[in-house]
Amino acid sequence: MYSHLHPPVLYGFGGIVGVLVFASAVVMTLRRLHPERSYTELAQRINSWWIMVGVFSIAILLSRTTSIIFFAFVSFLALKEYFSLIPTRRADRRVLFWAYAAIPIQYYWVHLEWYGMFIIFIPVFLFLFLPMRMVIIGETKDFLRAAGTLHWGLMVMVFSISHAAFFLVLAEEQNPVAGGAGLVLYLIFLTQFNDVAQYVWGKLTGRLKIIPKVSPNKTWEGFLGGLATTTTLAAILAPHLTPLSLPESLCAGVLIGCSGFIGDVTISALKRDIGVKDSGSLLPGHGGILDRIDSLTFTAPLFFHYIYYLHY
Amino acid sequence: MLQQLFFLIVVRPLILIVLGLNVRHRERLPAQGPAILVSNHNSHLDTLVLMTLFPGRFLRILRPVAARDYFFRNRLLAWFALNIIRIIPLERQIADRTQDPLAGCTNALRNGDILILFPEGSRGDPEEMGTFKTGIAHLAKRHPDIPITPVFLHGLGKALPKGEALLVPFFCDVFVGEPLRWNGNKGAFMAMLEHTVTLLAEEGYRPTWE
Repeated sequence: MYSHLHPPVLYGFGGIVGVLVFASAVVMTLRRLHPERSYTELAQRINSWWIMVGVFSIAILLSRTTSIIFFAFVSFLALKEYFSLIPTRRADRRVLFWAYAAIPIQYYWVHLEWYGMFIIFIPVFLFLFLPMRMVIIGETKDFLRAAGTLHWGLMVMVFSISHAAFFLVLAEEQNPVAGGAGLVLYLIFLTQFNDVAQYVWGKLTGRLKIIPKVSPNKTWEGFLGGLATTTTLAAILAPHLTPLSLPESLCAGVLIGCSGFIGDVTISALKRDIGVKDSGSLLPGHGGILDRIDSLTFTAPLFFHYIYYLHY
Repeated sequence: MLQQLFFLIVVRPLILIVLGLNVRHRERLPAQGPAILVSNHNSHLDTLVLMTLFPGRFLRILRPVAARDYFFRNRLLAWFALNIIRIIPLERQIADRTQDPLAGCTNALRNGDILILFPEGSRGDPEEMGTFKTGIAHLAKRHPDIPITPVFLHGLGKALPKGEALLVPFFCDVFVGEPLRWNGNKGAFMAMLEHTVTLLAEEGYRPTWE
Protein backbone atom coordinates (compact mmCIF):
# COMPACT_ATOMS: atom_id res chain seq x y z
CA MET A 1 0.00 0.00 0.00
CA TYR A 2 2.88 2.39 0.72
CA SER A 3 5.06 1.29 -2.19
CA HIS A 4 4.53 4.61 -3.97
CA LEU A 5 6.00 6.48 -1.00
CA HIS A 6 9.59 6.92 0.15
CA PRO A 7 10.42 6.12 3.81
CA PRO A 8 10.96 9.78 4.87
CA VAL A 9 7.32 10.54 3.99
CA LEU A 10 6.16 7.77 6.33
CA TYR A 11 8.47 9.07 9.07
CA GLY A 12 7.04 12.53 8.40
CA PHE A 13 3.51 11.32 9.04
CA GLY A 14 4.76 9.54 12.15
CA GLY A 15 6.24 12.84 13.32
CA ILE A 16 2.97 14.71 12.74
CA VAL A 17 1.04 12.12 14.74
CA GLY A 18 3.69 12.56 17.47
CA VAL A 19 3.09 16.33 17.51
CA LEU A 20 -0.67 15.77 17.82
CA VAL A 21 -0.23 13.24 20.64
CA PHE A 22 1.92 15.82 22.41
CA ALA A 23 -0.69 18.57 21.84
CA SER A 24 -3.50 16.36 23.14
CA ALA A 25 -1.39 15.48 26.19
CA VAL A 26 -0.75 19.18 26.86
CA VAL A 27 -4.49 19.92 26.78
CA MET A 28 -5.21 17.00 29.13
CA THR A 29 -2.53 18.23 31.55
CA LEU A 30 -3.84 21.81 31.39
CA ARG A 31 -7.34 20.56 32.17
CA ARG A 32 -6.02 18.67 35.17
CA LEU A 33 -3.97 21.62 36.44
CA HIS A 34 -6.71 24.22 35.94
CA PRO A 35 -10.05 22.42 36.17
CA GLU A 36 -11.78 25.79 36.63
CA ARG A 37 -10.74 27.08 33.20
CA SER A 38 -12.37 26.20 29.89
CA TYR A 39 -10.21 24.62 27.25
CA THR A 40 -13.14 23.69 25.01
CA GLU A 41 -12.01 25.69 21.99
CA LEU A 42 -8.43 24.48 22.21
CA ALA A 43 -9.61 20.88 22.60
CA GLN A 44 -11.99 21.30 19.64
CA ARG A 45 -9.16 22.73 17.57
CA ILE A 46 -6.91 19.77 18.29
CA ASN A 47 -9.71 17.27 17.67
CA SER A 48 -10.28 18.90 14.28
CA TRP A 49 -6.52 18.63 13.62
CA TRP A 50 -6.71 14.89 14.32
CA ILE A 51 -9.50 14.51 11.77
CA MET A 52 -7.74 16.66 9.15
CA VAL A 53 -4.43 14.84 9.62
CA GLY A 54 -6.25 11.51 9.55
CA VAL A 55 -8.02 12.18 6.26
CA PHE A 56 -4.91 13.74 4.68
CA SER A 57 -2.69 10.82 5.75
CA ILE A 58 -5.09 8.18 4.49
CA ALA A 59 -5.42 9.98 1.14
CA ILE A 60 -1.64 10.27 0.69
CA LEU A 61 -0.89 6.76 1.94
CA LEU A 62 -3.47 5.02 -0.26
CA SER A 63 -2.30 6.11 -3.71
CA ARG A 64 -1.37 9.02 -5.93
CA THR A 65 -4.92 9.11 -7.31
CA THR A 66 -6.56 9.35 -3.89
CA SER A 67 -4.11 12.13 -3.03
CA ILE A 68 -5.21 14.10 -6.10
CA ILE A 69 -8.89 13.44 -5.28
CA PHE A 70 -8.24 14.70 -1.75
CA PHE A 71 -7.03 18.08 -3.03
CA ALA A 72 -9.90 18.25 -5.52
CA PHE A 73 -12.30 17.74 -2.63
CA VAL A 74 -10.59 20.46 -0.58
CA SER A 75 -11.04 22.80 -3.58
CA PHE A 76 -14.70 21.83 -3.80
CA LEU A 77 -15.35 22.53 -0.13
CA ALA A 78 -13.48 25.84 -0.28
CA LEU A 79 -15.25 27.01 -3.45
CA LYS A 80 -18.62 26.01 -2.01
CA GLU A 81 -17.87 27.93 1.17
CA TYR A 82 -16.80 30.95 -0.89
CA PHE A 83 -19.91 30.86 -3.10
CA SER A 84 -22.10 30.50 -0.01
CA LEU A 85 -20.41 33.51 1.59
CA ILE A 86 -20.35 36.07 -1.22
CA PRO A 87 -23.33 37.78 -2.83
CA THR A 88 -24.23 35.86 -5.99
CA ARG A 89 -26.82 36.51 -8.63
CA ARG A 90 -29.81 34.28 -9.14
CA ALA A 91 -29.20 34.47 -12.88
CA ASP A 92 -25.74 32.93 -12.42
CA ARG A 93 -26.82 29.54 -11.05
CA ARG A 94 -25.70 27.82 -14.24
CA VAL A 95 -22.46 29.79 -14.30
CA LEU A 96 -21.70 28.62 -10.77
CA PHE A 97 -22.38 25.09 -11.92
CA TRP A 98 -19.66 25.44 -14.57
CA ALA A 99 -17.29 26.87 -12.01
CA TYR A 100 -17.81 23.72 -9.91
CA ALA A 101 -17.44 21.56 -13.00
CA ALA A 102 -14.00 23.09 -13.54
CA ILE A 103 -12.72 21.34 -10.38
CA PRO A 104 -12.69 17.73 -11.62
CA ILE A 105 -11.39 18.90 -15.00
CA GLN A 106 -8.51 20.88 -13.47
CA TYR A 107 -7.48 17.92 -11.29
CA TYR A 108 -7.82 15.60 -14.27
CA TRP A 109 -5.08 17.61 -16.01
CA VAL A 110 -3.00 17.01 -12.88
CA HIS A 111 -3.69 13.29 -13.13
CA LEU A 112 -2.66 13.33 -16.80
CA GLU A 113 0.55 15.18 -15.82
CA TRP A 114 -0.36 17.71 -18.54
CA TYR A 115 1.44 20.76 -17.19
CA GLY A 116 0.63 23.04 -20.15
CA MET A 117 -3.11 22.57 -19.78
CA PHE A 118 -2.98 22.58 -15.99
CA ILE A 119 -1.35 26.01 -15.96
CA ILE A 120 -3.68 27.75 -18.44
CA PHE A 121 -7.05 26.01 -18.02
CA ILE A 122 -8.43 28.31 -15.31
CA PRO A 123 -6.45 31.52 -15.96
CA VAL A 124 -7.24 31.47 -19.70
CA PHE A 125 -10.08 29.14 -20.70
CA LEU A 126 -12.36 29.47 -17.66
CA PHE A 127 -11.53 33.18 -17.50
CA LEU A 128 -13.03 33.54 -20.97
CA PHE A 129 -15.72 30.87 -20.76
CA LEU A 130 -17.57 32.02 -17.62
CA PRO A 131 -18.24 35.59 -18.84
CA MET A 132 -19.38 34.14 -22.17
CA ARG A 133 -21.84 31.90 -20.34
CA MET A 134 -23.02 34.93 -18.35
CA VAL A 135 -23.55 36.96 -21.51
CA ILE A 136 -25.68 34.19 -22.99
CA ILE A 137 -27.92 34.37 -19.91
CA GLY A 138 -28.01 38.10 -20.50
CA GLU A 139 -28.28 39.64 -17.03
CA THR A 140 -26.15 42.80 -17.10
CA LYS A 141 -26.88 44.21 -13.65
CA ASP A 142 -23.78 43.67 -11.49
CA PHE A 143 -22.15 41.81 -14.38
CA LEU A 144 -18.63 43.00 -13.60
CA ARG A 145 -18.92 42.25 -9.89
CA ALA A 146 -20.20 38.75 -10.63
CA ALA A 147 -17.56 37.98 -13.27
CA GLY A 148 -14.79 39.28 -11.02
CA THR A 149 -15.83 37.50 -7.84
CA LEU A 150 -16.49 34.18 -9.57
CA HIS A 151 -13.11 34.10 -11.22
CA TRP A 152 -11.27 35.28 -8.11
CA GLY A 153 -12.85 32.36 -6.26
CA LEU A 154 -11.80 29.89 -8.95
CA MET A 155 -8.22 31.18 -8.94
CA VAL A 156 -7.85 31.07 -5.17
CA MET A 157 -9.80 27.93 -4.29
CA VAL A 158 -9.11 25.75 -7.33
CA PHE A 159 -6.14 26.98 -9.35
CA SER A 160 -3.95 27.78 -6.32
CA ILE A 161 -4.77 24.65 -4.35
CA SER A 162 -4.31 22.41 -7.40
CA HIS A 163 -0.59 23.32 -7.34
CA ALA A 164 -0.28 21.29 -4.15
CA ALA A 165 -1.59 18.29 -6.10
CA PHE A 166 0.76 18.86 -9.04
CA PHE A 167 3.77 18.12 -6.80
CA LEU A 168 2.51 14.54 -6.73
CA VAL A 169 3.04 14.05 -10.46
CA LEU A 170 6.42 15.78 -10.83
CA ALA A 171 9.27 13.53 -12.01
CA GLU A 172 10.35 11.30 -9.13
CA GLU A 173 14.02 11.27 -10.14
CA GLN A 174 14.40 15.00 -9.45
CA ASN A 175 13.64 14.36 -5.78
CA PRO A 176 15.19 10.93 -5.06
CA VAL A 177 14.87 11.22 -1.27
CA ALA A 178 11.11 11.57 -0.99
CA GLY A 179 9.43 12.08 -4.42
CA GLY A 180 6.42 14.29 -5.04
CA ALA A 181 4.65 13.23 -1.84
CA GLY A 182 7.68 14.47 0.10
CA LEU A 183 7.26 17.95 -1.38
CA VAL A 184 3.54 17.97 -0.61
CA LEU A 185 4.24 16.99 2.97
CA TYR A 186 6.96 19.64 3.24
CA LEU A 187 4.64 22.35 1.88
CA ILE A 188 1.54 21.41 3.88
CA PHE A 189 3.40 20.82 7.13
CA LEU A 190 5.38 24.06 6.97
CA THR A 191 2.34 26.10 5.95
CA GLN A 192 0.15 24.79 8.77
CA PHE A 193 3.04 24.85 11.25
CA ASN A 194 3.74 28.47 10.30
CA ASP A 195 0.11 29.37 11.10
CA VAL A 196 0.36 27.79 14.52
CA ALA A 197 3.83 29.24 15.20
CA GLN A 198 2.74 32.78 14.27
CA TYR A 199 -0.32 32.37 16.49
CA VAL A 200 1.67 31.07 19.47
CA TRP A 201 4.44 33.71 19.13
CA GLY A 202 1.78 36.39 18.85
CA LYS A 203 -0.07 35.14 21.94
CA LEU A 204 3.10 34.94 24.00
CA THR A 205 4.96 38.07 22.96
CA GLY A 206 2.76 40.06 20.55
CA ARG A 207 2.46 43.83 21.10
CA LEU A 208 3.01 45.77 17.85
CA LYS A 209 0.06 45.43 15.51
CA ILE A 210 1.13 44.63 11.96
CA ILE A 211 -2.05 45.20 9.97
CA PRO A 212 -4.75 46.44 12.39
CA LYS A 213 -7.28 47.45 9.73
CA VAL A 214 -7.54 43.91 8.37
CA SER A 215 -6.63 41.64 11.25
CA PRO A 216 -6.31 43.36 14.64
CA ASN A 217 -4.88 40.30 16.40
CA LYS A 218 -1.85 39.94 14.12
CA THR A 219 1.42 41.34 15.49
CA TRP A 220 4.96 41.89 14.25
CA GLU A 221 6.26 39.64 17.03
CA GLY A 222 3.94 36.83 15.95
CA PHE A 223 4.86 37.23 12.29
CA LEU A 224 8.63 37.40 12.83
CA GLY A 225 8.71 34.69 15.52
CA GLY A 226 6.69 32.39 13.29
CA LEU A 227 8.83 33.22 10.28
CA ALA A 228 12.06 32.40 12.15
CA THR A 229 10.64 29.13 13.50
CA THR A 230 9.31 28.08 10.10
CA THR A 231 12.59 28.93 8.34
CA THR A 232 14.58 26.90 10.88
CA LEU A 233 12.28 23.95 10.43
CA ALA A 234 12.38 24.34 6.64
CA ALA A 235 16.18 24.00 6.74
CA ILE A 236 16.06 20.98 9.07
CA LEU A 237 13.42 19.10 7.03
CA ALA A 238 14.66 19.95 3.53
CA PRO A 239 17.36 17.24 3.20
CA HIS A 240 14.83 14.55 4.14
CA LEU A 241 11.93 15.63 1.95
CA THR A 242 13.22 17.88 -0.86
CA PRO A 243 16.09 18.34 -3.31
CA LEU A 244 16.77 21.83 -1.88
CA SER A 245 20.27 22.85 -0.75
CA LEU A 246 20.69 24.65 2.58
CA PRO A 247 20.53 28.21 1.18
CA GLU A 248 17.61 27.20 -1.05
CA SER A 249 15.73 25.70 1.88
CA LEU A 250 16.26 28.84 3.99
CA CYS A 251 14.73 30.88 1.15
CA ALA A 252 11.87 28.33 0.92
CA GLY A 253 11.21 28.82 4.65
CA VAL A 254 11.08 32.61 4.26
CA LEU A 255 8.85 32.24 1.19
CA ILE A 256 6.37 29.95 2.99
CA GLY A 257 6.43 32.04 6.18
CA CYS A 258 5.77 35.34 4.38
CA SER A 259 3.31 34.14 1.76
CA GLY A 260 1.44 32.10 4.36
CA PHE A 261 0.95 35.27 6.37
CA ILE A 262 -0.25 37.17 3.30
CA GLY A 263 -2.69 34.39 2.36
CA ASP A 264 -4.04 34.45 5.90
CA VAL A 265 -4.69 38.19 5.96
CA THR A 266 -6.08 38.16 2.41
CA ILE A 267 -8.83 35.77 3.43
CA SER A 268 -9.26 37.89 6.60
CA ALA A 269 -9.85 40.91 4.38
CA LEU A 270 -12.47 38.96 2.43
CA LYS A 271 -14.26 37.96 5.66
CA ARG A 272 -14.05 41.52 7.02
CA ASP A 273 -15.51 42.87 3.78
CA ILE A 274 -18.44 40.46 4.03
CA GLY A 275 -18.81 40.95 7.78
CA VAL A 276 -18.31 37.44 9.13
CA LYS A 277 -15.80 36.18 11.68
CA ASP A 278 -15.44 32.63 10.42
CA SER A 279 -15.88 31.45 6.85
CA GLY A 280 -18.02 28.51 7.96
CA SER A 281 -18.55 25.91 10.65
CA LEU A 282 -17.08 22.79 9.07
CA LEU A 283 -14.09 22.48 11.42
CA PRO A 284 -15.03 23.02 15.09
CA GLY A 285 -12.51 25.32 16.79
CA HIS A 286 -11.12 26.57 13.47
CA GLY A 287 -14.20 27.85 11.63
CA GLY A 288 -14.67 26.91 8.00
CA ILE A 289 -12.36 25.18 5.55
CA LEU A 290 -11.31 28.57 4.21
CA ASP A 291 -10.06 29.57 7.65
CA ARG A 292 -7.74 26.56 7.54
CA ILE A 293 -6.44 26.73 3.97
CA ASP A 294 -6.16 30.52 3.72
CA SER A 295 -2.35 30.43 3.95
CA LEU A 296 -2.10 27.49 1.58
CA THR A 297 -3.83 29.44 -1.19
CA PHE A 298 -0.68 31.59 -1.35
CA THR A 299 2.06 29.16 -0.32
CA ALA A 300 1.05 26.34 -2.72
CA PRO A 301 1.55 28.17 -6.05
CA LEU A 302 4.54 30.21 -4.84
CA PHE A 303 6.45 27.28 -3.38
CA PHE A 304 5.53 25.20 -6.43
CA HIS A 305 7.01 27.68 -8.90
CA TYR A 306 10.03 28.25 -6.67
CA ILE A 307 10.96 24.59 -6.68
CA TYR A 308 9.83 24.07 -10.29
CA TYR A 309 12.21 26.80 -11.45
CA LEU A 310 15.12 25.50 -9.39
CA HIS A 311 14.87 21.74 -9.92
CA TYR A 312 12.46 20.67 -12.67
CA MET B 1 -36.27 -0.89 3.76
CA LEU B 2 -36.28 0.79 0.35
CA GLN B 3 -36.64 4.11 2.17
CA GLN B 4 -33.65 3.37 4.44
CA LEU B 5 -31.52 2.44 1.42
CA PHE B 6 -32.56 5.52 -0.53
CA PHE B 7 -31.65 7.80 2.36
CA LEU B 8 -28.37 6.01 3.08
CA ILE B 9 -27.13 5.86 -0.53
CA VAL B 10 -28.68 8.92 -2.17
CA VAL B 11 -30.07 11.46 0.28
CA ARG B 12 -27.46 11.57 3.06
CA PRO B 13 -24.42 11.78 0.73
CA LEU B 14 -26.22 14.41 -1.35
CA ILE B 15 -27.13 16.54 1.67
CA LEU B 16 -23.90 16.09 3.63
CA ILE B 17 -21.29 16.14 0.84
CA VAL B 18 -22.74 17.92 -2.18
CA LEU B 19 -24.55 20.52 -0.07
CA GLY B 20 -23.27 20.57 3.51
CA LEU B 21 -25.31 21.76 6.48
CA ASN B 22 -24.61 24.32 9.14
CA VAL B 23 -26.95 23.17 11.93
CA ARG B 24 -27.46 25.35 15.00
CA HIS B 25 -29.19 24.15 18.20
CA ARG B 26 -29.57 20.57 17.04
CA GLU B 27 -30.35 19.63 20.66
CA ARG B 28 -33.72 21.41 20.36
CA LEU B 29 -35.03 18.80 17.90
CA PRO B 30 -37.68 16.49 19.37
CA ALA B 31 -36.11 13.36 20.86
CA GLN B 32 -39.28 11.34 20.24
CA GLY B 33 -42.74 11.50 18.70
CA PRO B 34 -45.38 12.74 18.68
CA ALA B 35 -44.05 16.12 17.61
CA ILE B 36 -44.40 18.64 14.79
CA LEU B 37 -41.57 20.24 12.85
CA VAL B 38 -42.45 23.50 11.12
CA SER B 39 -40.22 25.25 8.61
CA ASN B 40 -40.09 27.85 5.88
CA HIS B 41 -40.22 26.32 2.40
CA ASN B 42 -38.00 27.11 -0.60
CA SER B 43 -37.08 23.86 -2.27
CA HIS B 44 -37.89 20.19 -2.63
CA LEU B 45 -34.68 19.64 -0.70
CA ASP B 46 -36.23 21.13 2.46
CA THR B 47 -38.09 17.94 3.30
CA LEU B 48 -35.03 15.76 2.71
CA VAL B 49 -32.81 18.03 4.81
CA LEU B 50 -35.26 18.02 7.73
CA MET B 51 -35.50 14.23 7.52
CA THR B 52 -31.70 13.79 7.59
CA LEU B 53 -31.43 15.84 10.79
CA PHE B 54 -32.64 12.71 12.60
CA PRO B 55 -30.86 9.36 12.95
CA GLY B 56 -31.92 6.66 10.48
CA ARG B 57 -34.12 4.81 12.95
CA PHE B 58 -36.43 7.87 13.06
CA LEU B 59 -37.29 7.54 9.35
CA ARG B 60 -40.28 5.31 10.03
CA ILE B 61 -41.94 7.98 12.21
CA LEU B 62 -41.08 11.05 10.08
CA ARG B 63 -44.10 12.10 8.05
CA PRO B 64 -43.88 15.13 5.75
CA VAL B 65 -47.25 16.71 5.04
CA ALA B 66 -47.48 17.47 1.32
CA ALA B 67 -50.01 18.66 -1.24
CA ARG B 68 -52.03 15.82 -2.74
CA ASP B 69 -52.65 17.65 -6.04
CA TYR B 70 -48.90 18.15 -6.59
CA PHE B 71 -47.53 14.77 -5.60
CA PHE B 72 -50.32 12.66 -7.07
CA ARG B 73 -49.91 14.11 -10.58
CA ASN B 74 -48.63 10.81 -11.90
CA ARG B 75 -48.35 7.27 -10.58
CA LEU B 76 -44.57 7.15 -10.31
CA LEU B 77 -44.41 10.36 -8.28
CA ALA B 78 -47.29 9.20 -6.10
CA TRP B 79 -45.56 5.88 -5.44
CA PHE B 80 -42.33 7.67 -4.56
CA ALA B 81 -44.08 10.20 -2.30
CA LEU B 82 -46.04 7.54 -0.44
CA ASN B 83 -43.44 4.78 -0.13
CA ILE B 84 -40.07 6.52 -0.02
CA ILE B 85 -40.81 9.92 1.51
CA ARG B 86 -43.96 8.58 3.22
CA ILE B 87 -45.91 11.80 2.92
CA ILE B 88 -49.27 12.47 4.44
CA PRO B 89 -51.24 13.82 1.46
CA LEU B 90 -53.09 17.05 2.20
CA GLU B 91 -56.03 18.34 0.19
CA ARG B 92 -55.31 22.01 -0.55
CA GLN B 93 -58.75 22.81 -1.99
CA ILE B 94 -61.53 21.50 0.15
CA ALA B 95 -64.79 21.10 -1.75
CA ASP B 96 -66.53 18.92 0.77
CA ARG B 97 -67.09 20.56 4.15
CA THR B 98 -67.92 17.29 5.84
CA GLN B 99 -64.39 15.94 5.38
CA ASP B 100 -61.66 16.69 7.90
CA PRO B 101 -58.58 17.83 5.94
CA LEU B 102 -56.31 17.28 8.94
CA ALA B 103 -57.52 13.74 9.71
CA GLY B 104 -54.33 12.20 8.30
CA CYS B 105 -52.15 14.44 10.46
CA THR B 106 -54.16 13.74 13.58
CA ASN B 107 -53.98 10.00 13.04
CA ALA B 108 -50.23 10.15 12.54
CA LEU B 109 -49.74 12.17 15.73
CA ARG B 110 -51.86 9.65 17.64
CA ASN B 111 -49.46 6.98 16.32
CA GLY B 112 -46.53 8.89 17.80
CA ASP B 113 -45.16 10.17 14.47
CA ILE B 114 -43.20 13.38 13.89
CA LEU B 115 -44.94 15.57 11.30
CA ILE B 116 -42.98 17.84 8.98
CA LEU B 117 -45.05 20.81 7.91
CA PHE B 118 -44.49 23.85 5.70
CA PRO B 119 -47.07 26.48 6.67
CA GLU B 120 -46.24 28.65 3.64
CA GLY B 121 -48.14 26.00 1.68
CA SER B 122 -45.85 26.15 -1.36
CA ARG B 123 -42.20 26.76 -2.14
CA GLY B 124 -42.98 30.18 -3.58
CA ASP B 125 -40.25 32.58 -4.65
CA PRO B 126 -36.86 31.16 -3.67
CA GLU B 127 -35.39 32.48 -0.42
CA GLU B 128 -38.40 34.68 0.28
CA MET B 129 -40.69 33.81 3.13
CA GLY B 130 -44.41 33.94 2.34
CA THR B 131 -47.20 34.24 4.91
CA PHE B 132 -47.95 31.17 7.01
CA LYS B 133 -51.29 29.46 6.48
CA THR B 134 -53.31 28.69 9.57
CA GLY B 135 -53.67 24.91 9.20
CA ILE B 136 -50.87 24.52 11.71
CA ALA B 137 -52.88 26.53 14.27
CA HIS B 138 -55.85 24.19 13.89
CA LEU B 139 -53.55 21.24 14.39
CA ALA B 140 -51.92 22.85 17.43
CA LYS B 141 -55.32 23.58 18.98
CA ARG B 142 -56.40 20.00 18.47
CA HIS B 143 -53.17 18.65 20.06
CA PRO B 144 -52.24 21.24 22.70
CA ASP B 145 -49.66 18.99 24.39
CA ILE B 146 -47.59 18.25 21.31
CA PRO B 147 -44.40 20.33 20.94
CA ILE B 148 -44.09 22.31 17.71
CA THR B 149 -40.45 22.92 16.78
CA PRO B 150 -39.83 25.78 14.34
CA VAL B 151 -36.88 25.51 11.96
CA PHE B 152 -35.42 28.16 9.69
CA LEU B 153 -33.79 26.94 6.48
CA HIS B 154 -31.58 29.01 4.21
CA GLY B 155 -29.66 28.20 1.05
CA LEU B 156 -31.71 25.32 -0.30
CA GLY B 157 -33.70 27.71 -2.46
CA LYS B 158 -30.42 28.76 -4.02
CA ALA B 159 -29.29 25.17 -4.51
CA LEU B 160 -32.52 23.94 -6.08
CA PRO B 161 -35.26 26.58 -6.45
CA LYS B 162 -38.76 25.96 -7.71
CA GLY B 163 -38.85 25.19 -11.41
CA GLU B 164 -35.17 24.24 -11.72
CA ALA B 165 -33.79 20.76 -12.25
CA LEU B 166 -30.08 21.56 -11.95
CA LEU B 167 -28.69 21.34 -8.44
CA VAL B 168 -25.93 23.84 -7.62
CA PRO B 169 -24.03 23.21 -4.36
CA PHE B 170 -24.28 25.70 -1.49
CA PHE B 171 -23.73 25.33 2.23
CA CYS B 172 -27.14 25.55 3.86
CA ASP B 173 -28.20 26.92 7.24
CA VAL B 174 -30.52 24.97 9.52
CA PHE B 175 -31.43 26.92 12.66
CA VAL B 176 -33.64 25.05 15.12
CA GLY B 177 -35.85 27.05 17.51
CA GLU B 178 -37.23 26.27 20.97
CA PRO B 179 -40.40 24.13 20.80
CA LEU B 180 -43.71 26.04 20.96
CA ARG B 181 -47.13 24.95 22.16
CA TRP B 182 -50.72 26.03 21.53
CA ASN B 183 -51.34 29.28 23.42
CA GLY B 184 -55.12 29.44 23.24
CA ASN B 185 -55.59 31.88 20.37
CA LYS B 186 -55.20 31.34 16.63
CA GLY B 187 -53.98 34.82 15.79
CA ALA B 188 -51.57 34.93 18.71
CA PHE B 189 -50.28 31.46 17.89
CA MET B 190 -49.57 32.34 14.24
CA ALA B 191 -47.89 35.58 15.32
CA MET B 192 -45.70 33.68 17.80
CA LEU B 193 -44.75 31.10 15.17
CA GLU B 194 -43.87 33.65 12.50
CA HIS B 195 -41.98 35.76 15.02
CA THR B 196 -39.91 32.76 16.17
CA VAL B 197 -38.93 31.85 12.61
CA THR B 198 -38.06 35.48 11.84
CA LEU B 199 -35.84 35.64 14.95
CA LEU B 200 -34.12 32.42 13.88
CA ALA B 201 -33.55 33.92 10.44
CA GLU B 202 -31.82 36.90 12.03
CA GLU B 203 -29.34 34.65 13.87
CA GLY B 204 -27.20 34.14 10.81
CA TYR B 205 -25.53 36.12 8.07
CA ARG B 206 -26.98 35.75 4.58
CA PRO B 207 -25.42 37.19 1.45
CA THR B 208 -27.69 38.92 -1.02
CA TRP B 209 -29.04 36.78 -3.83
CA GLU B 210 -31.24 38.30 -6.50
